[in-house]
Order: sequence, then structure tokens, then C-alpha cells
Amino acid sequence: MSVLGHYNYWVTVFLMTAGLYIVIARGNLVKKLIGLSIFQTSVYLLYVAPGKVIGGTAPIIAPGYTLYSNPLPHVLILTAIVVGVATLALGLALAVRIHEQYGSIEEDEILAADREAEERA
Amino acid sequence: MILAHLPALEVVVPLIAAPLTLVLRRASIAWALTTAACAISFVVALLLAVEVARGGPISYAIGSWAPPWGIEYRVDALSSFMLVLVSGIATVVAPYALRSVATELRGGQGTLLYTMFCLCVAGLLGMSITGDAFNLFVFMEIASLSSYVLIALGRDRRALLASFQYLILGTIGATFFVIGVGLLFLKTGTLNLADMADRLHGESTDRAVRAALAFIVVGMSLKLALFPLHLWLPNAYTYAPSTVTALLAATATKVSVYVLMRFYFDVFGLHLLTRVLPMQDILMGLSILAIVTASLVAVWQTDLKRLFAYSSVAQIGYITLGIALGTREGLTAAIVHLFNHGITKGALFLLLGLVAYYTGRTPISSVRGLARSMPLTTFGITLAGLSLVGVPGTAGFVSKWTLVLAAFEADQWWLGGIVVATSLIAVAYVWRFVEAAYLSAPAVPSPVPRDRPLSMVVPAWILVGACIWFGFDTSYTVDAARRAATLLLEAAQ
Repeated sequence: MSVLGHYNYWVTVFLMTAGLYIVIARGNLVKKLIGLSIFQTSVYLLYVAPGKVIGGTAPIIAPGYTLYSNPLPHVLILTAIVVGVATLALGLALAVRIHEQYGSIEEDEILAADREAEERA
Repeated sequence: MILAHLPALEVVVPLIAAPLTLVLRRASIAWALTTAACAISFVVALLLAVEVARGGPISYAIGSWAPPWGIEYRVDALSSFMLVLVSGIATVVAPYALRSVATELRGGQGTLLYTMFCLCVAGLLGMSITGDAFNLFVFMEIASLSSYVLIALGRDRRALLASFQYLILGTIGATFFVIGVGLLFLKTGTLNLADMADRLHGESTDRAVRAALAFIVVGMSLKLALFPLHLWLPNAYTYAPSTVTALLAATATKVSVYVLMRFYFDVFGLHLLTRVLPMQDILMGLSILAIVTASLVAVWQTDLKRLFAYSSVAQIGYITLGIALGTREGLTAAIVHLFNHGITKGALFLLLGLVAYYTGRTPISSVRGLARSMPLTTFGITLAGLSLVGVPGTAGFVSKWTLVLAAFEADQWWLGGIVVATSLIAVAYVWRFVEAAYLSAPAVPSPVPRDRPLSMVVPAWILVGACIWFGFDTSYTVDAARRAATLLLEAAQ
């Protein structure tokens, strides 16, 4: 029960580590952003899953219902999703600008171009 | 009537100014609006500080939803101190932007800088004033996202990569923070910081709470650039426009330190930090590493902005060292240095921006013989540099003195020795500037003499003056810091 019953946490932990691994291990800027998104998504699950009470309903007072789920995590995560979208959009915009300036979105190629420019200067 | 809503106004004024600057389009109007918004925030922050000093902490319920259910803005001795620092620096830096931005940015992007400037200030003020953990996260992201854009506006193409790297690391830091908050929320069922602290007492050694502590500390350490997590900072400071570097160096990392202190002492408490987990020892070790390593790295830099960026990493080490002592004097030293380092670095980067205004860039070779062409600016940088070292008569001396006393009082004599010894390394890197500017032959070709815009000179000298002023008059900084430290430790018991 305790291992399987916590399966939502296992999914969260998997997404968290997988996302963070992609951010660190990949040199491609867009892949980094994908990893970052997965990492942020894991947090949405961390918040939303425990808010659900099995058998619970939306917190509206009505006859016949006594068990309610907590709606607050959903509201919080709605905000967090907006933040995540804004971060991703800004990150992608930066990647586009970097591609315009360097002609590449591979981190090692960009750094090599910078080193070359510095040696020439 | 309006006085009752001061805590909301503090954040709302720059927040509303941000979209207005975008709509008004003209850079000069946007600049005037930004300056006005920052100045209003500063006045409000001063009024709040007076109010708090007289009548104790202020609690303000946003939208009249009573805390702990609604979002609470809470102004106490520490947060009002931060509000004064952030809005004060913003008010000094905003006028400086007019000419600096016009020369450093491509046409049309100037307006955007002001929009982001307002958003960043609103975010930082919000982080300082809010008493709600999730609201804090949202303001942190407002401040961070706008500072990524501000850095990317730099003229050099390397600014783009610096901004991207900061975006990745900053988002990881913020996400770690929100994971920690989530665990605390699962544990306590509340997001109000004061309520959270109440509910945690007694069961504060739980594994979920320990995990939350770890996540929040790592996340905030990324944001405040604690030693091994500082990698985003040097590039970001070096390639950002001068105005932005001055604003961020003086405020952004400081507010993150403030958030760390809030969670450390208000929410988790000393029992968890010292007995259950060796948090204080880890923080102390990292602080010492930060001070020694970053100071040494700074000595070998060839670009002045980068040199002082590494010096920032070292100076943040002094602040966290004060926190790691965990005593009243140690915390006082940390808070005083927060303020003094803010104005010192603000002054330095504003003056370096003035140098960049003439020379275009800031490698050490470009300031050779600068004392002849720009005697006053050179003298100003030297004064601020002395404050960085901690020479008596400057603000830096007051904070180092408080820190050394705190170390002695805690029976950690060797720590006092480290603080003094590392100040000598600071002498070495400040000397590199002095040597180039005063003792070297002028660079060929020497900088083209241009007009000296008062809108840039005056703000820079206000901050240099503040470095000297707070070196003599410690009644505001040290006393306010001591009140704040007492409050934090009372909450932490």
C-alpha cells in the first residue's frame, strides 16, 4: 500500500529528476528548455495530486455532500502554469535571438564562437 | 484613508507604471514615469518605516480577505528596511538610465527597458513585503523574468547567452523554492508565513519539513548566488547594460538573502537549523569558501565589471557568514552588510557605467590613465573601492567591524581573522583599478571627451556620498538592523 499508494509521488519524483537531468546533460538550448518544462510540470503534480480527496467533491455546500476536495492547490498551480508558460516563452525567444546572432543553438558551438571572437579582439 | 493602504501602494505603483510605459512608447516619457513611480515607492517605503518604528509591525489584508486565508502584506522592522533599500536604490538608478540607456541600447528598445525596470522593482518590493509563501514565489518570478530581459538587452551578443543561463539556473532555483513551499503546504495546510511558523512548532523535525528546508535553502542559494551556485552571476553582471547591473547588484541578490532569512528564522526556527540538521555549519563553510575563492578569482579578472561581479559573490559570503553565526550580533552584521554592500556596489557599477559611457567597454586596459581624463569618476570608484575593502570612514568598515565583533562574541576568533585577511585580498583587486587609473600612462587612443550628463553623475555621487555618510552615521543602519535581528531571533526560538 505505502509504495503503490504513493504512486503520484513516484511520478512526481521521476519527472523531477528526468527534467533536471535533461537540463544539465543536454547542450542544445531548446532541449534544455524542454527539460526545464518537464521539471516544472512535476511541481504541478506535487501540488495538485494531494488536493484530491477520494470520494470528495467540489467545495460547494449542498445537501448530501459532506466530503470536499481542497480547491486551493489547483488555484495555486494555475498561477504556476502561467509562470511556467512565461518562462518557456522567454527562453524560446532568447534561443531565437541567440540563433540570429551565433547561427547555432548548441551551447559548445556558441562558447567556441565566443572564444574565437575574444582571441581575434 | 490613503495612509491605510500604503503597503498595497508600495507594490502597486511600479506595477501599474510598467504597462503604462509600454503604452506611452516614447522613451523620455517612459523614463519620467519610471522615475516618478520609483520615487513614490521610496516615499511610501519611508512612511512605512516611520510607521513601523513607531507602532510596530503592520498587517495588511489584500482585498480585505483576512489572513491566514487571504494574502497578507506584513511590514516589520526587517521588511521595511528592505523596502527602503530597494526603492531607494531604484529611485537613484532610474534617473541615471535616461542617458546611459540612450547610448547603450539600440533605438526602440529603450522603452522596453523601462517597462522591465518597473516590473523588476515591483517584484523585488513585493518579495520584501508579502507575508504569503506562494505570493512570494509569484513576485520572485516577476522580478526574475524581468531581470532576464533586462540582462538580455545588453549590447554585446554574449548578453543573450548570459541571460539564457541565468534563466535556466534562476528557474531551477525558483522551482526548488516552490517545491519546498509545496511540502510545507502539505504539512501545515497554510501558506501564510506566520501561520506556517505557528503550526510547525513541535513537529519541526519531520522528514517532509527537513526536505522542505533543503529545497528552499538550495533554491534561494541559487537566487542569491551562494558560492558553488553563483555561476550565472559574473556573466549576467558583465554583459547587462550599466543601469541594469547597478540595479540588480544592489538589490536582487539582497532580496533573496532576505527571503532566506525569513524562512530560516521565522518559519523553520533555530532548533531545526542547529540541532536537527547542521545547516549553520554548512552555510558557514560555504560562506568562507565564497569569500576566499571569489576574492581570489576577482584579482585575476581583466574586465572591471566582471572583477566587481566576483567581488559581489565574495561580499554575499560575508552576509551569509553573519547569518551562519546565528547570534543577534551576527544577524545584525548580515543585515547591515546587506545595506552597505548594496549602496557600495550600486555606486561602483554606476561609476563604471560612466566609464563605459566614454570608453564603450570596461576592460582594465581601457581605464589606464583615467585619473587624468576623468579625475572625479576615478576618485569616486576609488572611494567606493575603499568601502568594499572596509577602510574606516566608509560604510564597508561599519559592516566588517560589526561582523568581526560578532565573531569574537561567538568565541570564533579565527572567523574574525578570516574577515580581516580576506579584506586584504579585496585591497589587491581594488588596487588593480587604482594602479591602472592613477599610475599607468593613458591608453592610446585616449577616450574621446564627451559631455558629462548630470543625470548620470549626480546619482552615482549620491551613492558614493551614502557610502561615506553611512560610514560615520550608523544610527539608521545598525540600529534598524539590530531591531530586525532581535525580531528574527525572537521568532526563531
